[in-house]
Amino acid sequence: MSGSAAAAKPASRAIGRLNLPRLLRALLPALSLALVLSAIAWLNPRAISYFGFTLMLNLAIPIALATLAQMFVIAGNDLDLSIGAFVGFVGCVTATWLREAPLVGIGVLLGCVGVYAALGALIYLRNLPSIVVTLGMSFVWQGLAILLLPKPGGKAPDWLLATMGVKPPLVPFPILAALAIAALGYVGLMRTSYGAILRGSGGNAVAIGRAGWSLLSAKMALFACTGLFGVLSGLALIGITTSADANIGNGYTLLSIAGVILGGGEFVGGRVSPIGAVIGALTLALAASPLLTFMHIPPDWQVAANGAILIVVLAARVLISRREAER
Amino acid sequence: MIAASPHLVRLDGVEKHFGAVRALGGVDLTVERGECLGLVGHNGAGKSTLMHILTGTAVADRGQLMFAGETQVSYSPAQAKRLGVRCVFQELSLCPNLTVAENARVFHPALSGFNWRRKAAALIIDKLDAIFPGHGIGASDLIQDLPIGRRQMVEVARAFTATDEPVRLVILDEPTSSLDAHTAGQLLGFMRRVVEGGVSCIFISHLLGEVLDNCDRIVVMRDGKTVADGGARTFDRDRLVSAMGGVDARTREARAVKAPARGQSPLRVRARSGRGAGAAELVAHQGEVIGLAGLAGHGQTALLLSVFSGARRARAGIEVTASMALIAGDRQADGIFPLWSIAENIGVRSLATLSRGLLISRRREDALADFWRDKIRIRTPDIHDNILSLSGGNQQKALFARALGSDARIVLMDDPMRGVDVGTKLEVYDLIREEAASGRTFLWYTTETDELKQCDHVYVFRNGAIVADLSRDELTEQKVIQSSFTEAG
Repeated sequence: MSGSAAAAKPASRAIGRLNLPRLLRALLPALSLALVLSAIAWLNPRAISYFGFTLMLNLAIPIALATLAQMFVIAGNDLDLSIGAFVGFVGCVTATWLREAPLVGIGVLLGCVGVYAALGALIYLRNLPSIVVTLGMSFVWQGLAILLLPKPGGKAPDWLLATMGVKPPLVPFPILAALAIAALGYVGLMRTSYGAILRGSGGNAVAIGRAGWSLLSAKMALFACTGLFGVLSGLALIGITTSADANIGNGYTLLSIAGVILGGGEFVGGRVSPIGAVIGALTLALAASPLLTFMHIPPDWQVAANGAILIVVLAARVLISRREAER
Repeated sequence: MIAASPHLVRLDGVEKHFGAVRALGGVDLTVERGECLGLVGHNGAGKSTLMHILTGTAVADRGQLMFAGETQVSYSPAQAKRLGVRCVFQELSLCPNLTVAENARVFHPALSGFNWRRKAAALIIDKLDAIFPGHGIGASDLIQDLPIGRRQMVEVARAFTATDEPVRLVILDEPTSSLDAHTAGQLLGFMRRVVEGGVSCIFISHLLGEVLDNCDRIVVMRDGKTVADGGARTFDRDRLVSAMGGVDARTREARAVKAPARGQSPLRVRARSGRGAGAAELVAHQGEVIGLAGLAGHGQTALLLSVFSGARRARAGIEVTASMALIAGDRQADGIFPLWSIAENIGVRSLATLSRGLLISRRREDALADFWRDKIRIRTPDIHDNILSLSGGNQQKALFARALGSDARIVLMDDPMRGVDVGTKLEVYDLIREEAASGRTFLWYTTETDELKQCDHVYVFRNGAIVADLSRDELTEQKVIQSSFTEAG
């Protein structure tokens, strides 16, 4: 077996090398978050405190939840352009029915998850492009939200306000929440045995079908998860803002997509990372206003600056993978 | 009751049509228990379709399928799996974004529960150890990070893993085409051991030597029918080739054309492999066919790619003096444009000469495609059909046409003959000689010794560096293998 020994040698060396880009790919989102944090610390050291983090990251929780919601559809090679309008609708339901008639509110929110699963089934069975279907749905959600709450108003249920206002000792609540969200997404999608099937359906759907799995169920499960996390995002958002507005979630569609990509996900091929997505959402939330405010950049320029950060991080990712490929 | 039937599988008069094309025209086939059945035939003879019917991914239009003596009525992939039919398809059926262990899990619903990752990892790694000792694959490696040869190894190993369903029939469709000689040997040895243990195998290969040496019985297919069926001992290479109805068996060793001495014609490519200062150089002159040999994945493809990018912008250690075209090895991923027609796929490398002003001239594109279809016999009723309507070997011919129909003076070939039948190969060898004689230069990475014999000069690679430099007269299979394994002494 001297031949096999010789064949094994280059093999093990090659494997050792191949894991490096994978590690870098995984670390890049964390590096960009660290970069933004250190910039904030340098500009305004007082922001790095219990109170500062609570203030800066509060709005990051609903963004992180919406980003995870988006990540589930992206894992199946789809996109959800309605997540922002959906979060807004959930917010309106939360600030009205969920407070006044909790059972109706809960029923409506669960029904929303069901609608999402049905959308997944529709997209799979009719072979429709998900962007078209969800773009259409975004108008539906938006319209329903305006019907429900024509003017900004309503009030969050007290239990929700209490939950979002928790002040745990030592570690700020938003950080604990982000850790919990990331852990939930990671265990659910990356560690469970059905999670592997869900991601596989984005990587090579034919192979999953040939192995005897139902692609319809997989698609429905992914969309239902999106609906579920969209509901959680709406709840968290209203828990922070205390009242609702039909347009409250509109920015979330693009933020959530950017967060997934920033966190190491790719649009096709089922390559997503829940932990990365949460980190991406935090980075975007921090870069969006606290950092730019400390840098004295006027609000008019904040969206452009946000875009610039995204481009820089994505460029770094491409450079890293290219260098590794050449080695 | 099941044991009473002598046959494991029996097909009677199976027919399958795709539109107007008849893929199978009444096939009768039996597979015994504990038998290795070799299946050979030209590209497009219907082998792959027949296997799709056996695995339930295609449904026969007519005829019946009996498994272990029971007629199967509503046969599906799930039913096939329950009965213990496994298949290693030509197109890899792994999920590239999942790890090796997760791909095993995809295949086995029984692998669930708290500990599934460890169970899946143990299952697949044990099987890899059994088939390919020293494979160097880890259970947590992502498939996308593995080179194609190792992916094929995972695919093969996964087909032999068993949890709650037994393995009774394994179909191996060109399993060795992406493997080098050493791992292919390991696989064939394992296949024989499994067959001794009572499992049946159907082995499809274009490497007739492999089929003759490792199968108990051989069935030859041609134009959607079985045309010959007999014990492996009753066949030899020539009989197989003539039964397949391809090109007559002929000796390729005797070639009257003697290549001119090296260095007489202008230099085309000079490239250094590896980073060390002492690394050997690869040199190619006009009109030469240069072979890149060695075990799969030892830097041949990397060198071809760096030569290719060296043609566009200057790179250290690479010198290229003419235009260049690349024929990709991973046809599905890097070669074809799956949404385009055959004509568009052929013309894409030559758009500059095909266009009038800013627009592509359909007439010229069609003329180019028609010319090459007739010249290398791409089997299609209409060059405007989608490229995927062609069988694998004919897709590969279209890729050859793309490169040879262009203005490129240098053609790089990244093991392009994977899964191509003997007849096509012989035609392409002649084509390459002809093109080389008219001044084209070929850099040809191949894992098959037969193809190296077509080359004027061969470089052997190991660990990303050139370790041997053989002229055609010096070239023997033994020397190539020796250089590939020198480390082991």
